Amino acid sequence: MSVVTGRAKKGNRLPMLAQAGPVSLWMIVFVTLPMLFIIFISFMSRGTFGGVEYTPSMESYETMMEITYFHVITKSIGVAAETTIACLLVGYPFAYYIARKPADVASRLITLLMIPFWTNSLMRLNAWMLIFQTNGPVNNFLVNVNLIEKPITFIFTDGLVLLGLITNYLPFAVLPMYSSIEKLEKPVLEASADLGANPRQTLLKVTLPLTIPGIFSAIILTFIPALGTYVITDMLGGGKVLYIGNIIKNQFGTIRNWPLGAALSVLLLAITALMLFLYSRFAKVEDMEVV
Amino acid sequence: MKKTIVALKGVDKWYGNNHVVKNLNLEVAEGEFLTLLGPSGCGKTTTLRMIAGFEDASAGRIEVQGESVDEKEPYQRDVNTVFQSYSLFPHMNVFDNIAYGPRIKKVPKEQIERDVEEMLRLVQMTGYEKRKPDALSGGQKQRIAIARALINNPRVLLLDEPLGALDLKLRKQMQIELKRLQRKLGITFIYVTHDQEEAMSMSDRIAVMKDGVILQLDKPTEIYNRPNCRFVADFIGESNILSGVVTLAEDDLLTVQTQSGTVKTKGAGFEKGEEIDISVRTESLSCSAEPTEEFCIKAKIRDFTNMGTVTKTSLILPDGKEIRMSTFEQDPNLSEGQEVYVSWKPEKSTPIHRDKKEAESCQ
Repeated sequence: MSVVTGRAKKGNRLPMLAQAGPVSLWMIVFVTLPMLFIIFISFMSRGTFGGVEYTPSMESYETMMEITYFHVITKSIGVAAETTIACLLVGYPFAYYIARKPADVASRLITLLMIPFWTNSLMRLNAWMLIFQTNGPVNNFLVNVNLIEKPITFIFTDGLVLLGLITNYLPFAVLPMYSSIEKLEKPVLEASADLGANPRQTLLKVTLPLTIPGIFSAIILTFIPALGTYVITDMLGGGKVLYIGNIIKNQFGTIRNWPLGAALSVLLLAITALMLFLYSRFAKVEDMEVV
Repeated sequence: MKKTIVALKGVDKWYGNNHVVKNLNLEVAEGEFLTLLGPSGCGKTTTLRMIAGFEDASAGRIEVQGESVDEKEPYQRDVNTVFQSYSLFPHMNVFDNIAYGPRIKKVPKEQIERDVEEMLRLVQMTGYEKRKPDALSGGQKQRIAIARALINNPRVLLLDEPLGALDLKLRKQMQIELKRLQRKLGITFIYVTHDQEEAMSMSDRIAVMKDGVILQLDKPTEIYNRPNCRFVADFIGESNILSGVVTLAEDDLLTVQTQSGTVKTKGAGFEKGEEIDISVRTESLSCSAEPTEEFCIKAKIRDFTNMGTVTKTSLILPDGKEIRMSTFEQDPNLSEGQEVYVSWKPEKSTPIHRDKKEAESCQ
């Protein structure tokens, strides 16, 4: 026994490598290296027939400064922010409601929340399209009850894109906030009431401040993916409405301007990194609710 | 009799089919230190939570200062609670925790600062304003919790096993401090505990509860010396309980035939032929090598246990029942295995009715 422990103490790294090695290797090969490569090619020039020409250039970043791209970027950030705020406003009361239910009811409600999340996203988005198309059920209903005269064009509009984004990312907002609210100790809330605080004061002074880590996680988990998404915006926006995610996809795809796509990706990475940095400043690591 | 400040009138509490508080009637006088004492699950905490407003009574009426509070939410009631788990706000420092109540009530800032300082002095925590609850020990947290409740000048302070999580030494110290604080401020304390020693040392009156019923409500000494049923006798202090039949009742002096011999006890309202229990405190027993004059029963010494301040002697009666005696010093004339004669002063024992309803609920 003592021989074995003695050897281990001398620095037998094999068990450690066996545990952390495969994951680390996976992450390095499939995440870190591609990411470094993206950053690398963002500083290269565009090949004449697409692809990358390996001569250093700031061309892509200069293009990014053009007013069109600036508009797309600010618009994307705006839509992502709207999605996040809507998810928080809808998600927090919902998370609070679930967290105050007995465990069995809570788990059923969470399952209900997760069913659309587990549904194939193409199916889900196509369903939205069918429901909201010009002669779809929503328009038919509105015309039949005489609320409108002519069908409204919902599809391929900013509004439908926003609705799609909100419904898609709502579970990501609810889950961390739920776990944060669920951890609240009931006696702390009772103490607040006991000291004369009405329910609104308790919410503002105790419940919200104590669930900030969950709210921050919810922001991170909705804002970052909402900023980078292209499937939802592509399908519900029909490619007519341009977002940063679609532009990146198009640069790597049809337009074949890889350095510009890479530069825009680097911008997204920078925004993500900034948000994570802010998050880590405000929340302790053990409080992080990223599920 | 002082003015009644809290009154419970026929209060019932059901959790589904579980009847946890049964037709409870209780009046607490102004400035009184009243303890609800009982084993876990006896309904004492539920009773306290109903007064605070965290639970609704299923039936009956709760009055504070002569006014029904049944329709009032917890935040509308003039009572404050000290919780067993302290329940300090973890995101606020000590100052903000204590200032929570006055800030809600929009007390001027300078006034709050003065009051918080005074409260910190009162609980001997001056200088801890900036600390977060996480950086406090259990005893310190409890002091802050008490200060946070007291700053609101409540007419009644409800304490739910506030010392339950503290170690023995600190608990003893806090008991004394709490009692002094209560005397000094003249606030009514309703205190919940399962610790009979704590109840004995602090209370003006104790309500011993079991299964949602108050069995006995009296001064600590009365409860100790005159338990009205077997459960109270057993729960408070250490008692030996012998069963027998009254063979002679002269005035208040009863002669009782037990399985182990004839004994005497004193108590009013007992009749010849009645089956009763006799409760004798361990410290009221005495034993000697020779039979005593008035009465005695034979026993055999099993062993001695030194508890520090007292020595406990375990004795086996002829019918095999074990009784315990505590003395300050071990009698050098006695040894293990010796046959001795046990007796007590009749007035130092308490006869308890067997057939009464309350006695039944004690079983």
